[in-house]
Amino acid sequence: MEFLLVQALSGLASAASLFLVASGLSIIFGVTRIVNFAHGAFYMLGAYVAYTLTTRFAGPLGFWGAIVAAAIIVAILGALMEMVLLRRIYQAPELFQLLATFGVTLMVQDLVVVIWGPEDLLGPRAPGFTGAISLFGRMVPTYDLFMMTLGPVVLGILWLLFHKTRWGVLVRAATQDREMVAALGVNQKWLFTGVFALGVFLAALGGALQIPRTTVTHAMDLSIIVEVFVVVVIGGLGSVFGAFVAAIIVAELNAFGILILPQISLITVFLVMAVVLVVRPWGLFGKPESAPRAAAGLTIRPWRPFTQMERAGVALVVVAVAALPFFLGNYALTVGAEILIYVLFAASLHFMMTVGGLASFGHAAYFGLGAYGAAFLVKYMGAPMEAALIVGPLLGLAGAVLFGWFCVRLSGVYFAMLTLAFAQIAWSIAFQWVDVTGGDNGLLGIWPASWASRPAGFFWLALGIAVVGVAVLRMLVFSPFGYGLRAVRDSALRSEAIGLNRQRMQWAAFIVAGTFAGLAGALFAFLKGSVFPDYMAIPTSVDGLVMVLLGGVETVSGAVVGAVLYKALAIWLMSQTDLSKLVLGGVIVVIVLAFPKGVVGFIEDLRHRWPRKGNGAGAPVGATKAEAA
Amino acid sequence: MKLQVSNLNSHYGPAHILYDVGLEIGAGEVVALLGRNGAGKSTTFRSIVGLVPQREGTVMFDGADVSRLPTYEIVRRGLGYVPEDRRIFSHLTVEENFEVGRQAPRPGVATWTPDMLYKLFPNLGEMRKRPGGQMSGGEQQMLTIGRTLMGNPSLVLLDEPSEGLAPKIVEQMADAILAMKGEGLSVVISEQNLHFAKLISDRAYIIEKGRIRFSGTIADLEANPEIRDAYLAV
Repeated sequence: MEFLLVQALSGLASAASLFLVASGLSIIFGVTRIVNFAHGAFYMLGAYVAYTLTTRFAGPLGFWGAIVAAAIIVAILGALMEMVLLRRIYQAPELFQLLATFGVTLMVQDLVVVIWGPEDLLGPRAPGFTGAISLFGRMVPTYDLFMMTLGPVVLGILWLLFHKTRWGVLVRAATQDREMVAALGVNQKWLFTGVFALGVFLAALGGALQIPRTTVTHAMDLSIIVEVFVVVVIGGLGSVFGAFVAAIIVAELNAFGILILPQISLITVFLVMAVVLVVRPWGLFGKPESAPRAAAGLTIRPWRPFTQMERAGVALVVVAVAALPFFLGNYALTVGAEILIYVLFAASLHFMMTVGGLASFGHAAYFGLGAYGAAFLVKYMGAPMEAALIVGPLLGLAGAVLFGWFCVRLSGVYFAMLTLAFAQIAWSIAFQWVDVTGGDNGLLGIWPASWASRPAGFFWLALGIAVVGVAVLRMLVFSPFGYGLRAVRDSALRSEAIGLNRQRMQWAAFIVAGTFAGLAGALFAFLKGSVFPDYMAIPTSVDGLVMVLLGGVETVSGAVVGAVLYKALAIWLMSQTDLSKLVLGGVIVVIVLAFPKGVVGFIEDLRHRWPRKGNGAGAPVGATKAEAA
Repeated sequence: MKLQVSNLNSHYGPAHILYDVGLEIGAGEVVALLGRNGAGKSTTFRSIVGLVPQREGTVMFDGADVSRLPTYEIVRRGLGYVPEDRRIFSHLTVEENFEVGRQAPRPGVATWTPDMLYKLFPNLGEMRKRPGGQMSGGEQQMLTIGRTLMGNPSLVLLDEPSEGLAPKIVEQMADAILAMKGEGLSVVISEQNLHFAKLISDRAYIIEKGRIRFSGTIADLEANPEIRDAYLAV
């Protein structure tokens, strides 16, 4: 009994930092509608800066002064990011802002190593809270007690800030209706910057306060950001009190899950999140999302299938790519095959995002399930490659059937978060079910059939499957099913009124996308000869998102271009520099600023700015012209 | 001239909504912008305060061109806007809604305080701590007007203030608008309800399919029933 109490207290202490970071994310989202992926990076920066200040400048500042100063310094960095980067892209689709903050996250990961080195750092203990006291016969660190009280104190301060100051009232008003706040004479720009600075301050404070408890590492950011997403979603986006309650729930689940169900400890939190989202789609204390801004697919230029000429052009490109094995070496062909696999993966996600209007943060789950499906067939049934490539993706399909059924009940950010949760569940199963999946060691020896074992052979195989896959997806866009999906995406209410079943159509789209992702994953297993849990991890999902957004979410074929560009760039950078994340992140940020509609969207815009002859100059925005891209 | 709008053209995406709209509002005048549903009344107001991104034309307010300014700057110059759908901050209390609208006092213009507004709208005085979402439609209409008045405007654009309200509340609205006029404010109301507009307006414009079709006094309009029938009757 005493042991359980102490365990509960330890959970409460962890909840404090989680709450600080989550409330910051929640506040920022509430007003700016930006899911700040860089929030974990600011948390990490808070810890690093606090480490430096407490070890080097503890004299003038004192420990506590250094902690607060660290949070302020990082908050200023956050405000700068908002002013320099985000202000330029508030009009872009919401996910684009996520992409921009993801670019910043990548950069910070490398910068931290450059500045502070790769080793874990151990900060000083907090003066006055170095010991432990005996509670119920067990020792509890006094710093844990301090953290425990800090949570409610911060909650109280935030409540006062939001209810008793003019600024706080404006922030709450803007959370509901930004345009109306502007129509009452409030300059949103500075409101947004202020909110961003406050949110980042809270994240950095959460990080800085961790240094007496844990070591400072350069992997802190990703581990916290996932937990924080979970907290914010359980509590309800935009609700500070919800973040407080959910932080306690999550921290206690972590503290007790490891005791009660150690085999599935990684999953418990995500299972709870999935249950909450299905029962209360807006989180425990959230409010239904205010009217979403223009849907991602809301394009002025309607899509149309390729003309004969364009089809011939595409065929020519495919033939040219097919001829590459006669010119390229083995390494280049292996890279090429990997790019082709990602083309299919990105195209499947793009189908779901663009046509279905469903932005998934966990598409890697189906990629990984397909890979494991193929690997199981080879390992446990001795199936040949051909059979494994056909049957393996069915595991991706099955996963999409199961997870998709839950996910399509939600929309927007909550949909994205639930897909993320399911992907983490899939990852955790692969990671913890060692008997079947090999856990972290993965499954090895998944080699292709002899005819595809040479790089050229495998390249052709990958090309064939990618071309057929992309073509099928494209045909679906222009099928009655595709039209129905777009109708549902553009106006759920109206399409339901004419008899379209929104949930069932989106579920079908989810399954289609998951199956093709599974196919890509199965190919990937044979390319690498092995399968690991990381195939399903967040970075893979984010890679897919980046490819789609880079290509242009409002286009039909942007994913193909995005995948080629991004994957080629990433692989090339990896071979050229140790700071590949810094450069890649920088490139993403620049591309976001330069091409807010994606690369393909940008090219489309160019084509419309210079109308072809006979169109007459000054034709109104090409409104009546359909666009193939 | 308090407000002078000329050659206003607005678009929503590819759709052209307003065609060369022109309005002139004098200081202290109450002017009605009449038209049917979808005629372009709300778009006219939204364009004037800069809420329609795609717009051309000039908007002169107090002798300065404000057509290129962001919304909050236009409003801060004393051009108040009350939206058609009220857009109350439903999670904020009456007091807090007023606070969002509050701006510094402006020389030469009436300065409004919550207490003055509670006198103008006694219902609101009884529910200062109530969230906006838990108020009746009429109370919300009072709240949205009061919220805009807290910005101490010298001119108010009032989008369909009588829409969907009980006759008794409509009377209260008319009194409130006349009280605003009494304080020296210019008021532009958009209306489908000619009867209500007649009660309070000095002049009227009629808009149809995005074009101004008539401009004149209420008496002119009364004298020409065929205009009323052509552009207003349902």
